[in-house]
Parts: sequence; C-alpha cells; structure tokens
Amino acid sequence: MSETHPPPGKPGISRRQFLTGTGLGAAATTLLQTSEARTQASKVQAPKTVGFGPNAVACELVVNGARISVQIEPRVTLLDCLRHYMDITGPKRVCDRGTCGACTVLLDGRPIYACTMLALEAQGKKIETPESLYQDGQLHRVPAAFAQYDAQQCGFCTPGFVMAMKGCFDRNPNATPDEVEQCLAGNICRCGTYQQMRDALRSLCKKGG
Amino acid sequence: MKNFTYYRPLSLEAAVALLDNRWGTTELLAGGTDLLDLQKEYIAQPDKVVSLTFIQDPVFTRIEVPQILPGTKPTVSIGAAVKIADIAEHAELKNLFPALTDAAAQVGGPQIRNMGTLGGNLCQRNRCWYFRDEHVLCLLKGGRRCFASDGENRYHAIFTKGHPCVIVHPSTLAPALIALGASVEVVGPSGKRTIELNKFFQAPTKPDQREHVLAPNEIVVRVLIPVEGLRNASYEVRHKQSYDWPLAQAAVAFRLSGGKATNVRIVLGHVAPIPHVATEAQKVVEGQTITRELAEQAGEAATVGAAPLSQNAYKVHLVKVAVKRALLLASGAQPDWAI
Ligand SMILES: Cc1cc2nc3c(=O)[nH]c(=O)nc-3n(C[C@H](O)[C@H](O)[C@H](O)COP(=O)(O)OP(=O)(O)OC[C@H]3O[C@@H](n4cnc5c(N)ncnc54)[C@H](O)[C@@H]3O)c2cc1C
Ligand code: FES
Ligand code: FES
Repeated sequence: MSETHPPPGKPGISRRQFLTGTGLGAAATTLLQTSEARTQASKVQAPKTVGFGPNAVACELVVNGARISVQIEPRVTLLDCLRHYMDITGPKRVCDRGTCGACTVLLDGRPIYACTMLALEAQGKKIETPESLYQDGQLHRVPAAFAQYDAQQCGFCTPGFVMAMKGCFDRNPNATPDEVEQCLAGNICRCGTYQQMRDALRSLCKKGG
Repeated sequence: MKNFTYYRPLSLEAAVALLDNRWGTTELLAGGTDLLDLQKEYIAQPDKVVSLTFIQDPVFTRIEVPQILPGTKPTVSIGAAVKIADIAEHAELKNLFPALTDAAAQVGGPQIRNMGTLGGNLCQRNRCWYFRDEHVLCLLKGGRRCFASDGENRYHAIFTKGHPCVIVHPSTLAPALIALGASVEVVGPSGKRTIELNKFFQAPTKPDQREHVLAPNEIVVRVLIPVEGLRNASYEVRHKQSYDWPLAQAAVAFRLSGGKATNVRIVLGHVAPIPHVATEAQKVVEGQTITRELAEQAGEAATVGAAPLSQNAYKVHLVKVAVKRALLLASGAQPDWAI
C-alpha cells in the first residue's frame, strides 16, 4: 500500500506520487525499482488512497508569500482557515455561499470565492489576500484609488472588489474600464458605491493599471 | 457542514476505487461551487469527499482541438476538470462552438467560472429552493410531494407534463453541448463508456436519483464534440447580467448549405427538468431559409406542449424570444436587440 496524497503540511505532489498516480506505472517502475511500484504496474491496479480526517490534519498554505501551517478539519473552508486559523481577516465572510464576492482572494492569480473552496484544496497554490496590498508602508495603487475616490461606505465588500480588480490588472495591465467592470461582475456592494468604484477604476485605466 | 474524510487520489482509477455504489455516502469534489453549498445546507452529508483537483491526467484536465482538415471527422475533447473560464476564453472553441463559449462566458460570475469545472457543471444538482432547504422534505429527499408544483414556482419548469418534480436543469452548458451533438466519456469500476449527452440527463423523482444517469461510482472524464461545421448559437434571457441563472435559454445548431438550414437542433434550457429538445421547432426550421418570420414561427413551435405552473407562464414568451434570437444569431443576422 502506498500513500498517494501529499503528506499533510507538504503541499504539492512529489514526482513519485505523480508517476504512480497518473497511470505512468511503467515509467515509475524503471525509475524507482521498488517492488511496490512493480506490483502496481503489473496489476494495473489503482493504488490505495489514504484519507485525511475527519479529525484535524496539518495543512500548510502559501499565503502572500509566507508558508503557514495550521491544524484544521477537512471541512474548513479556505476563508475560515484564513480568518479563524491564520488571523488573516482581509477576506470578509458575508454570504458564505459564493454569491457576493466579499471573500475574494487570488488563487494562482485568479479571483475565486474563498468561502466556497476547502482549505485543503488550496494546498500548493499561491494565495493572495488584501493583506498583500500594503507593504513597507506602501499602499498598492488599486486600494489607493479606492481611498482617493471614496469608493466605499461600510467597506465590507471593498476587500473583495479590490482583489477582483487587482486580479484583472495583473492579467491585463491595459484593461479598458468596460473590461475591468466585467471582472467585477462577481462582486456585490450593498451600499451601492458603484459610481465611486467606476471613478477609481477609470483613473487606474488611464494609468495603465 | 458535517465533517468528513477527505481523499486526494492522483488518478481517475484511484478515485473510482474510493466511490460507493450508492448515492449519499461519498461525493466527488471538483470546483466545489455546488457541493460546498449543498454540504453547508446539510442537503449533502457525505462521509467521504473525493477530490478530483489533484488528478493530472491530461485527458481529464485539458482541451484538445485536433487539426481540422477537409474530409476528416475530427472531435474536440474537453476534460471534465477544465474550468468554465478556460472554455469561455478558448480562441479555437470560440470559433467552432460559440453556442458553448457564449454560454460558458455567462455562467455565474468570474469567480464561479474560475472555480467551476465542466464535469461539475453537468453533474450539479438542481437549484429548487424547496430542495435546497434543509427543513423541507420534498419528493427528491424522500417526502411525498413536490412543493414547487403548487407553491413558489416562478423559476421552475414550464414543460411539466409527466413530471412529478418540476425542477429545471441548472446547466447552461448542457443545452449548447446537446445542440452540438456532444457525448460524455465516463469511467467506472468496469472501465470507460460513452453516453450521448442527450441521453445523459434524467428527471429525478426520488432520493436515490440524480439529474443524470451516472452510477454513483462513475466519473465524467471528458466531453467529446464532433466538428461538423454547424452554425450554432445560444441565447439566454436573464434577469441580471451576472450571478444568476438564466430564466430561459435556447441553444441551436444547424448546417447551412445553399442558404437552407438542415440537421437542425434546438435545445431549451431552464424550462424543464432536463434540457428540452424542441422537436416541433426543429421541424419548422428544417430545410428552410432562416428569416425573421421563420425564426418567430420556430419560437412559437418551441412552446408546443408547455404547461406552465401558477407563477411562470411568463417563461412561455421568453422561450419564443430565446429561440428566435438564437436562430438569428446563428444565421449571422445582425441583432436588432441590445446585447
Ligand atoms: C452564484 C452562482 C451562479 C451560477 N450561475 C450559473 C449559470 O448561469 N449557469 C450554469 O450552468 N451554472 C451556474 N452556476 C452553477 C455552477 O456552474 C456550478 O456550480 C459549477 O459548474 C459546478 O462545478 P464544480 O466544479 O464547482 O462542481 P462541484 O461543486 O465540485 O460538484 C458538483 C456536483 O457534481 C459532481 N461532480 C463534479 N465533477 C464530477 C465528475 N467529473 N464526474 C461526476 N460527478 C462530478 C459532484 O460530486 C457534485 O455532486 C452558478 C453557481 C453559482 C454559485
Ligand atoms: S462570502 Fe464568499 S461569496 Fe459571499
Ligand atoms: S461599501 Fe458597504 S457593501 Fe460595499
């Protein structure tokens, strides 16, 4: 029996696991020369997978460039893991159902709803939260534009909008105002600060993001 | 959410080996945009969650568009783990199958498209608010009746005849894919099999049925779409531009030769428990030149057999509009409506 999951706390998949896991059994045999790998290759049988939990397991995530390890139950969402276990409270919990965008973070550069993903599913991926936008006393130009144009009231939706907008400019520094607005279609502001956000994003588009 | 044991298989075979042969105890996890909601509401309470995220099999994770040479019958393959955003943005797919890429581009919002997968989209559960309410014991959860049939039903089916449960199928990719003649490849304990997508969906009426015909221990591997040079389009009538599901959708595909449409397929979304093939509308268009008048007649014909509920007769009109506009879009006419 071989473990086919990355050990808790070690994100990513090792070469050996990758080879045995993807049906490249033959390649694994010659490379590894282990009797275990050979049996698997000859029987062409799926290796047995070991589960995590239901009790708390170690989970290491890469958040804003830092590796952080916590003990969580498998059911903990990425959002709750960030907020309750890592004290990273930039992403907000509003609907907790993937319908408002307040929890938006970037996962390998793409905006996603942290409330609708298990923390364990984000292992080995690069996670960016609003906290990454203030470094060495410098505020990133996207939240700076929000401040300049007064693009928030209660501010609960703001971190999500800021991350969605940052993700948009990261992918396309020359995005037009229309394109940026498309990128914000998964976020809702209940206070209705849309016009101020438009002003903020227009100012950024002029500057090329 | 009830706690569970989380599995991370690295191959499809290893994933299949973890699945039970009955529904409920084990769930596959792809993007999680549907499953996590169901778990939070205690509608799904699996003991085991089997993640598909770490499987690297290219057949499962990639889009393959073969070289398209005259005289050949190429097939496009889209892995079940492909994200909806990657379908929406794929240049070659946009060119070949605008019905699919336009539908993909309108699913939910950007975050949902960045997370949700093709396989999850086809296998997602219905969005009926009675079904999704933990406290309501409806037909699909072992209760005696469907509460939507005479309750709050404005977003429910209008093709209700013969359906004790009046959900609408929630996928907007499915009608487009059926119109394009797609099939799905699935893998189970005894190997792979292929199912035509128009036979993949079923109207569930009890707890041990899903909205599709897969066995509990089968996994969708990929979707295969034949490249047949069909004109195709999908049109959705939406309440909001993003977030929500459409109120009604029409996906159409046909061959255009000598100005006439043949091999016509018209499939409606969000009006029946499964994607609804509008056979009467297909007959109206078959062999004809698509004009505004013909498209309108097809729209009328598409509503044949509709039996709306107390709050959703408005959808009958939306079907007419969706069919007309989808046909006009596919025929290359300039839209005279705001898009
Ligand atoms: C706000 C919002 C708006 C939305 N709007 C739309 C819309 O307009 N149109 C539309 O079509 N959809 C819409 N959706 C639904 C969304 O597209 C689906 O939730 C998504 O596609 C599901 O994919 P997933 O990978 O996240 O699936 P998951 O949530 O991971 O899984 C969903 C189900 O499918 C099963 N499953 C997943 N992958 C496989 C597989 N390979 N083989 C067998 N079973 C599998 C799972 O076990 C589970 O039961 C919307 C969702 C939200 C939250
Ligand atoms: S809290 Fe995640 S989308 Fe609302
Ligand atoms: S500022 Fe209050 S929700 Fe947007």
